[in-house]
Amino acid sequence: MGTIGPQPGGRRQEEANSEGDILLEVRRLRKYFPLTSGVLFQRRVGLIKAVDDVSFSIRKGETLGLVGESGSGKTTTGRCILQLDRPTSGEVRFEGRDLAQLDEAELRPVRRRMQVIFQDPYSSLNPRMTIGQIIGEPVRVHEIVQGKEEVRERVRELLSVVGLNPRMADRFPHELSGGQRQRVGIARALSLQPSFIVCDEPVSALDVSIQAQIINLLEDLQAQFGLTYLFIAHDLSVVRHIGDRVAVMYLGKIVEVAYRRELYENPLHPYTKALLSAVPIPDPAVEAKRERIVLKGEVPSPLNPPCGCVFHPRCPIAIPECSQVVPELREVSPNHWVACIRAEGYQSAPAHSG
Amino acid sequence: MQHEAWESEGAKGTLLQVKDLRTQFFTLEGVIKAVDGVSYDVRQGETVAIVGESGCGKSVSALSIMRLIPYPPGRIVAGEIWFNGRNLLALTDEEMRQVRGKEIAMIFQEPMTSLNPTLTIGRQLTETLEAHLKMSASEAEGRAAELLRLVGIPEPERRLRQYPHQFSGGMRQRVMIAMALSCNPKLILADEPTTALDVTIQAQILELMKELSQRFGVAMVIITHNLGVVARYADQVNVMYAGKMIEQGSARDIYESPRHPYTLGLLRSVPRLDQPRKARLEPIDGQPPDLAHLPPGCSFRLRCTFAIDRCAHEVPPLIPVGAGHVSACWVADTLHGK
Ligand SMILES: Nc1ncnc2c1ncn2[C@@H]1O[C@H](COP(=O)(O)OP(=O)(O)OP(=O)(O)O)[C@@H](O)[C@H]1O
Ligand SMILES: Nc1ncnc2c1ncn2[C@@H]1O[C@H](COP(=O)(O)OP(=O)(O)OP(=O)(O)O)[C@@H](O)[C@H]1O
Ligand code: SF4
Ligand SMILES: [Mg+2]
Ligand SMILES: [Mg+2]
Repeated sequence: MGTIGPQPGGRRQEEANSEGDILLEVRRLRKYFPLTSGVLFQRRVGLIKAVDDVSFSIRKGETLGLVGESGSGKTTTGRCILQLDRPTSGEVRFEGRDLAQLDEAELRPVRRRMQVIFQDPYSSLNPRMTIGQIIGEPVRVHEIVQGKEEVRERVRELLSVVGLNPRMADRFPHELSGGQRQRVGIARALSLQPSFIVCDEPVSALDVSIQAQIINLLEDLQAQFGLTYLFIAHDLSVVRHIGDRVAVMYLGKIVEVAYRRELYENPLHPYTKALLSAVPIPDPAVEAKRERIVLKGEVPSPLNPPCGCVFHPRCPIAIPECSQVVPELREVSPNHWVACIRAEGYQSAPAHSG
Repeated sequence: MQHEAWESEGAKGTLLQVKDLRTQFFTLEGVIKAVDGVSYDVRQGETVAIVGESGCGKSVSALSIMRLIPYPPGRIVAGEIWFNGRNLLALTDEEMRQVRGKEIAMIFQEPMTSLNPTLTIGRQLTETLEAHLKMSASEAEGRAAELLRLVGIPEPERRLRQYPHQFSGGMRQRVMIAMALSCNPKLILADEPTTALDVTIQAQILELMKELSQRFGVAMVIITHNLGVVARYADQVNVMYAGKMIEQGSARDIYESPRHPYTLGLLRSVPRLDQPRKARLEPIDGQPPDLAHLPPGCSFRLRCTFAIDRCAHEVPPLIPVGAGHVSACWVADTLHGK
């Protein structure tokens, strides 16, 4: 279907329809933050290219996993989709409309249909509200159910859906553990019955047995309500489990995207390979024997990204040309997109079974 | 970095000894026994991992060592915490302030709430350097930049002038790590230090911490949900459940022959990249117990597939199941090879 990448319409649209409708399409998205200095007069001393020309789309009912370097722009991409950060340029088409063009009033009804589960549950819960109020407020404001007792019942239901004791409704966020707070964030996101959820590290604060519960839960909810997810995470084994397709970001750009199985069995971008080889395996015996690709060099800065391929200073297979041309994200085999001029130039053993 | 403080320490003695620690929260719902009789040792240069279900008391146990339990509603009601020959629970507040940050550093689980949003990253780093190490402003600034570079933040001189909200989640976490390293502590309590980091940076930072511990004898207690990280870096593993230690042993023993049903379930629920993808993950069914209303007997019983009658009435004590390997389960012996 080739629903990824900044290619012109034709083939993408046709084939997308044959596999399901596109719910969200991001085109040439850029988000630059000004870097200022000075106290009184904020002089602009640079630009942080947090997201730099990113395009992808997600079909209804699909989960797109988004992995990559810390600071590569994953959260910013999610925030731009939700219009919590306004894009510097580019389009975010959701249910056919470009959200980047809408004003706050026009966005309000759309916001209900797009929710977010944040990376940092601590700062995203109002410390002065009880858990019941936090989850109940959107239910009440958007009139999902009527009446005080109904709202309370709904809150109890949502709490048990995410595996929390309904008694927790009377507690305050600081009285919960990290993982308990994360589940409150999930309950709140679900409370408005959205069609699309940006899950920004939704399970990284949870222990693995509860992680497994939450992932099974997210999958069940998806099957039940046809939810669509953008699932941002650092844990590549979790993403392999939940993602239908997986996109890899590095320094503001998508460097590779493919169906899950293809990406894990046949990673083509050298950054993806390094990433997969660095995943720690929960087995000391396996770990002791494992070979890892250690990336050399310093992590580059989005303030001053390297020319050519942004990965070239750390790339184990770079050639002189890599520092001169910006590699296009191109389809090297059906549905497998890579931004590396040497993607086909070298091969190595498959990394992991998909 | 300067490591004189670390190098002056000698042999691999026990650095930290936690003995029968009990920390409780007195709330309207009742007494929450967040840490209920926890004991463990940490030797110099050793990396000890604490794993366990969300809400089981891992953070509270670390905060108790730092004596940072909010009162009210929380209080350390019993136990001893021996560090370098002194019982921390017997120190005055002023003596404890000297220990905190300087001899024992903690990397907190929530980077956003432990960083001050109104101060630049640079100021937050230089403040401790000036206070604890008596550095001049310019020395402190140079050191702060060096620390940021050490944890993999590029262009540190410019980044020092930014505020926490201008950093990504993983960058904030690295600032917390830089702060913890800044005063050459002897012990680092790291509460989920790398959850917000990609695996390459995670590896880089953990290698750095490992190197510090090998070269300078710095000991580390790592609280983490990432069983891969534990497998790669931990020497000893402590498994907690509902405020108690339920299994302790070397990393190899715990992974190769877990002897508590909770540990077995925990290991089974992780998706593993070196194994084929499963259609469905296998969580441990049921809910974590309410620490204010613990059932009698073994607190894992209601979720346990191995439970026998005795489990409902008697709390299982930690008993040896191998050399340096203990488990708190009445049927631990029958779990061999499961
Ligand atoms: N409000 C802001 N002002 C200035 N810079 C910002 C702001 N928000 C993000 N950035 C910068 O944009 C870049 C991308 O940040 P983002 O949070 O999107 O990364 P991320 O991929 O989510 O990383 P992580 O995995 O660590 O969460 C970083 O360099 C960050 O410092
Ligand atoms: N200030 C408080 N008031 C009341 N209860 C509290 C308070 N702080 C923590 N608790 C309770 O103490 C228990 C242990 O919490 P702790 O933060 O140690 O869990 P944890 O093991 O670190 O979990 P996680 O993996 O989710 O971070 C939890 O049940 C929590 O609800
Ligand atoms: S003591 Fe009994 S209930 Fe507890 S873990 Fe062992 S078998 Fe299960
Ligand atoms: Mg992020
Ligand atoms: Mg915790």
